[in-house]
This record gives sequence, structure tokens and C-alpha cells, in this order.
Amino acid sequence: MDSKNIHASKNGITSIRVYLSTFLHSSRSRLLIWLAPILFLAIFFFYPLTKILTLTLDFSTLANRENLLITYHSLLFTFYQATLSTILTFILGIPSAILFSKFEFRGKSLLRVLTAVPFMLPTVVVAASFNSLIGSRGLFSFLFPLSFSPSPTFYFLLILTAHVFYNTTIVIRIVGNALSRMDSRLEDSARILGADTFRVWRDIILPLLRPSLLAAVLLVFMFDFTSFGVILLLGGSNFSTLEVEIYIRALKLPNLNLAALLSVIQLAFTLIFSVLYTRIISQVNTQTAPRFSAARPPKTLKEKIFVFTLALLLSSFFFLPLASLPIRSLTRLEADRGQRGEIQYGFTTDYYEELFINRRGSLFYVPPVQAVLNSLGYAVVTVLLSLALGYPAASALAKPTRLERYLDPFIMLPLGASAVMLGLGFILSFGRALASPFFVPIAHTLIALPFVIRTLQPALASIPEKLRQAAATLGASPFRVWQTVDFPILSRATLSAATFAFTVSLGEFGATLLITRPEYPTIPIAIQRFLSQPGGLNFGQAMAMATVLMVLAALAILAIEKLRLPNSGEF
Amino acid sequence: MLELRNLVKSYEGKPLLRDISFTVAEGETVCLLGASGSGKSTILKMISGLEFPESGHILFNGIDLAQTPPHLRDFGLVFQDYGLFPHLDIFNNIAYGLKMRNAPVAKINSRVAEMMDLVNLKGFEKRKVTDLSGGEQQRVALARALASQPRLLMFDEPLGALDRSLKEDLLNEIRGILHKTKIPAIYVTHDQEEAFAIADRILVLHDGLIIRNAAPDEIWKNPRSAAVARLLGIGNVIEGEVISVNKVKTEYGIFNVDCGHNPGAKIQLLITAGKEKAEGEIQLTVEDVLFKQDQFLVKGRGGLIIHLKDAPRVGDVITVQVQVKCLE
Repeated sequence: MDSKNIHASKNGITSIRVYLSTFLHSSRSRLLIWLAPILFLAIFFFYPLTKILTLTLDFSTLANRENLLITYHSLLFTFYQATLSTILTFILGIPSAILFSKFEFRGKSLLRVLTAVPFMLPTVVVAASFNSLIGSRGLFSFLFPLSFSPSPTFYFLLILTAHVFYNTTIVIRIVGNALSRMDSRLEDSARILGADTFRVWRDIILPLLRPSLLAAVLLVFMFDFTSFGVILLLGGSNFSTLEVEIYIRALKLPNLNLAALLSVIQLAFTLIFSVLYTRIISQVNTQTAPRFSAARPPKTLKEKIFVFTLALLLSSFFFLPLASLPIRSLTRLEADRGQRGEIQYGFTTDYYEELFINRRGSLFYVPPVQAVLNSLGYAVVTVLLSLALGYPAASALAKPTRLERYLDPFIMLPLGASAVMLGLGFILSFGRALASPFFVPIAHTLIALPFVIRTLQPALASIPEKLRQAAATLGASPFRVWQTVDFPILSRATLSAATFAFTVSLGEFGATLLITRPEYPTIPIAIQRFLSQPGGLNFGQAMAMATVLMVLAALAILAIEKLRLPNSGEF
Repeated sequence: MLELRNLVKSYEGKPLLRDISFTVAEGETVCLLGASGSGKSTILKMISGLEFPESGHILFNGIDLAQTPPHLRDFGLVFQDYGLFPHLDIFNNIAYGLKMRNAPVAKINSRVAEMMDLVNLKGFEKRKVTDLSGGEQQRVALARALASQPRLLMFDEPLGALDRSLKEDLLNEIRGILHKTKIPAIYVTHDQEEAFAIADRILVLHDGLIIRNAAPDEIWKNPRSAAVARLLGIGNVIEGEVISVNKVKTEYGIFNVDCGHNPGAKIQLLITAGKEKAEGEIQLTVEDVLFKQDQFLVKGRGGLIIHLKDAPRVGDVITVQVQVKCLE
């Protein structure tokens, strides 16, 4: 080939490259980018959603007195428990926020991490932890035998405590951050101008804290309102919130019309809460940036007592349930078969060994350890699927056209739907097809997708177009551009998103409970089944399984923390 | 009126204030001058009652304030970045101290109006704090501190965040108001120009101690110690060695001064130039020339700085008449 020809073919390649790049930037190609995510959401979210909505249009449901009563009672109870939980969370959360924002003490950062751990743990792990500590077979009831048999009130208190355990970190983060961001000279000014401590709080601190307080109240209330796993696993069938009632009407006492009605009510409330939250949180962000940390060691005796007592209380409250779970999973604490009364106790690995045995007449048709393998498999599929769908959507949303801006809330809508509602939608839409185990990772992907997009999008938006242009002018093909520019910058965000999807899938309980087949249990489902059966061995296996899940989740949390981009925000 | 006796305070385990004693008399404006981090603001915080001395006493009219919480001390404090309440409008910021004293509404209204007038902010009552410029915000802070007629007014670098021309205007305003109201004041700054402009008396804080306590002109004429001279930017401090009773040898030559030291002693001298009564002369190689107001600032060999009416050229060797003073 002579030099002229080489030149010509080079020109040819260049023109193809130019053609390709213009093609990639045309609106037609953007449509292609959106095709997969939109198709996915249409089939697996919006189609089931319309199924649910259609069912609610059946007015005979509303005409049924019993249906209305159930709706009324579950709605009332949902508000009642969410209000109580929120109040209790703030009773612990506000002093804790003051503790973390105003004082320096040894072990502060460790304690802060400890209070944040429950929020990131799967609900089943939290429920199992509380069971292992203060449930009827828990360590606490063994050490201090209760003279009374656990009453519904006891289980209700257990639920409230678990909600406080879950959500205190929200108050600490939102209110605590606002407190430490507050200019300490405002407080000083007020005091010098003649305000005593009470008036400083009434006139200065509380008014300035109002948006943060409201945001925290809304967020905590929303999480308590939609709580499912904790209530089902700790309260049994005694308590039915909207979520639990949807589950019952979908599976246990089938009344799909009622289930649909309940989930639409639930969705409406969540949407109202999120809109309010979005409005309020925007006010929080406009507050002044921190100038210096006002945190200092406690000085007066009163302050020292406050810091010591609260730090001790927090560390035991957050540490004991988490520690008691693995301890209980290795402790034998039951009467021998056939012998009533006398409780045998000691160290045992039985509960773990039992996980590998496929007993005749056991809860599953497979050895329980199969649940771990199922969960891991589902998690891997969820990661791949949500990245494959999330990547194109995030890159389009990083530099959205006007039309795409309108798409954003639709992509995020699955966040507002509860997991149980997603499950219900699947039952209504795909019915028999649910025998295929593939629907479980699809449901998990629906839940993980908004998080994945929200993790990738800022990272993608942070890459200046100039970098890609520079790479292109230096001779990089579109693929080489992606490989040498986008990928290295995105690898952290991608890993972070992947870990997030992995954790979501591992811990997902509500949707899985509704759509999974008995022979394909996941870890959370196995824990739930063990807990709902009598007998010390079943309880012990639940503890062992929950410990496995806790370790897996803890590893994932650690990975996310390590990968977290600076300034990528919270929640 | 205000009396500080032997205050001691440490910061993060290191001594910050070692032994602070001074008084502020009725109608007097005292300026506390020191480098940043020297503990000036801490002294104000202790007077306010926001922090406590490790030992020592703070008295007002002879009464020890140790048991009096900040909100009952009846003092005023103006911060560098104002510390205005962002959720209250201008009126309510200024009225805050009066409300805390449960003043009747009529009195609050008239007093706030009076204050708005005093700081030239009439008509700004309903404005939001965030709508104001830095200078306006500092005026509001001043009005707020003055409104409840405090027994003592404290300023913590009040002009530090403002630009130069605004600084001068506001400084004059503060001086006028202090003269009019006769409220005793402590003014903290690291800027010697501000200190000289506003103070009846200057206290120089250095190394945890008050190393000088005198009227501004007296300090200017005779800084006495190297630290004061350096902090206030008065003349040049140079090293020297006493070689006989009234002769000191330096890198600029031998000067005839008697500092009362024995021969062989290492001492520091203050050299100022351009004055009439000269005590010696030095040869100086010009390294840099800067125009400053009506004269030239000439930098010479060894970092010596002198002011001249006419500009020499860089590289010239000039002869300068200098005054020489002994420093402690």
C-alpha cells in the first residue's frame, strides 16, 4: 500500500469517527440510551402500578364496610405508632445531637459511627438483634427472667424501641449538623444582651434550627410510617400497619382489591411526605457554612455528667443489640427435647451446623445454607442489572435536555413506592410467571436503581466535557475516551453504586416476601421463617442466619464508607 | 469602674494569659493591642462571662463578677462578623437587649428609633439582616449593643472584615458615639492605626502579659521595648553590642548612646530616620523604593526601613541622619 492510500484510509476512518460522534449526539441516539431503562420501568413498575390503580377503581371495595374498617384501623395504627416512634426518637435524638455538636470527648467518632450502623443494616438483622437481646428467647429474659409473660404492650414497646434504634442517627445527622454549623457568636451575643439559657433556646437556637428540625421530623416519620420488617418480625400478627395489612391481604387472607386500595393510600402519603421534605431540606442547605467547630470538652460538672451519662447510654443502646446477636447465635439456651422447665445453656455451634442440613419436614426443601447462596446470586444479578440500566440513565441525566428533566421524577418514583407494594404489583401483573426465580432480582433492581443513578449521576456530571474533547483531539476513539477518561474517574462511583445495589438486594425483605417461591429462599426470608416457627432450634438458626447477614452487610457498609466521594452528601 | 486582677488562662494546655491586670475608668476608651492569637478576644470573653479565668478576679465598681452569669452583667459586645440574628429584622435585632430587660413597648420603640438615628440607619427597621452591606451590619451590631445602655462596651476587632475607606468612616463614627455616650469601652484590635485613632490609652498584649500601658502619643514617642516597637511598626529594631560606656557597635556602624549596660552586653536599639535631632548617621544601600502617601518608603540593606521626601534610586548608597534609642 502506498502512502497516498494510507492517507486516504486514515481519512476514511476519521470521517467514520466524525459520523459516529455526531450520531451519538443526535437526539435519536439519546432515545436509544433511554430505551432500556424506560422499557424496564414501564414493564416492571408502571404496568404493575396501573394494575393496582385499576383495582382501586373498583368501587365495590369501598362499598364494603369491613374493608373500610380495616383501612381505617390500619391507617390509624400506622399514624399512631409512627407518631410515638418519632417522639421517642427525638427524645433520644435531640440530646444526642447536642452531645455530638457541642462536645468533644474520647471515642466520639467511634460512637457516631456506632449510632449510624443500624440505619444501614437490613431490617431483618435489626429485628433479629432485638429478638436476641430482649425477645422472649433473648439473652436478657434469660439473665433476668420475667415474671410476666410478654404482653402485646411488650411487643409494641419492642417495635418502638427498634424504630428509635433505627432512626436516631437521622436526628443526630440533620439536627446535629445544623447545631454545629450555627455561629456560636449568635448565642454569645444573645447572652451578653441579657438572655438566659431558656431565652437563648427560645429566641435564637430553636428558630434557626426550625428547618432542620422539621426535615428530621418528616424523614423519621416517613421511615416509621413505612416500616414493615420491624413490625412484622417483632410484633408478629398483633400489629398491622398499612404495610403489614397489604402483605396480609396479598398473601395470607387474599383480598387483592383491599391490598391495592391500601397501597395506593400508602403511596399517596409517602409522596406528600417526600414533597414536603424536599421543600424543607432546600432551606436547610442555604444556611451559613461552618466557620469553626464549636465542639469542646465538657467543663462544668453538669456538662461532664451529661456527656458521660448520654455517651454511656448511647453506646449500650446501640452496642448491646448488635453484640447480642452473634453471642446468642453461639449460645445454647433451651430446654432439652422432652424436658420441660430446666434450661440448658452453654456454647454451641449447632445452629450454624444445622444450616447445612436438609432435614425432612424442615421449613425448606433445601438446606438452609442454600438461602445464602440464593441471596448472593440475586445480589450479583441485581448489581449487573442495575448498573446496566443505571449507567445510561445517569449519563443522560448528568447533562439533561429539557425533556429529560421531566423524566427524572419518573425514574425516582419507585423510591416512593413501598417494597410490599412492588411485590403486590408483581403478583397482580405476572401471577403464575412468578415461579421463575428471576423476578426477585428484578424487584431488587427496581429498588436499587434510584440509588445507583443518584450515585453515578454527580460523578458523571463532574467530568468536564473539555476532558473528553481534549482526549478526542489527541486521537482517542469514543471507546478509548470512555476507557481513559470516564472510567478512571467513575470507577469509585461505580464501585460505590455496585456495593449499594448489592446491600439493597442482600437485605431486601418486603418485596421478596411477596414474590419469592418457597424453594428459593433468600437470607431475610429464611430468617423470617425461622423466627415465625416455634422451638429453640429454629430461633437459634434465625440468629445464626442473621449473624451471617450482619457480617455481609457490615462488610458492604465498610466498602461504601471507604468509597464515599468527599462532599457527595448524606441521605 | 472595670478592674482586672491577675487573670490567668491557658488554651489547650499552654499558658495563654499569664498575669493580666488593668483598669478601665469612667468614659475611657482603652485599646487592647496584640498579635492574632495573643488572647485578646479571650480577655473580652472572660469580661463578658462567656469564659472563666483559671485564677484572678474581674470586678466592676468593686464587685466581683465571678458569680454573675453573662446575661446579668449588663455589658455590650460587638463582634468582628457582627453576630446579628439572621431570623430577626433590623428592628428586632436592636430591640433584643431591651426585650430581655422586659422594657415596655413604648420605650423599646423610642429607644430603637434613637439608636437607628445614631448609627444613620433610619428607615431600615423592617429590612432583613442579610440584605445589608458589611458596614451597615456592623452599624446594626453597634446599635444593638448600645440600645440597652450597657455599663461597658467591648469591641472585638469590629472593623476587621471591612474595606479601608469604610473602616475609617466607621472608626470615626464609633469614636463620636463613645465620646457622646461616655460609656467606658475596651477596643480589641491588631491594627495599630485603629488603636492610635481611637484609644485614650493603649495596652499592648504580648506573650500573655501586658507589656505596655500608656497614652498613644507616649508609646509612639518611646516604645521602650523591642516587642512594642515591632508590634506597632515604630522605627527599626537592630541588634548591637556595648563596647564602652556610651558606645554601641551595630552592623550599621558605632552609635554614641548610653544604655546603662556594661561593655560586652548584647542590646537592641531603635533606629528612626528623617527626624530633625539626629544622633548619628548611617550609610545605606537602597534595595527598594515604594511610594507611600506624601513620601517614599525606602528599604535598605538588612531590611532597614526609612521614610524620605525624595526618592533615591535602587542601588544608590545614601547617607541618612538617624535617631537612636535604647530598648529594654
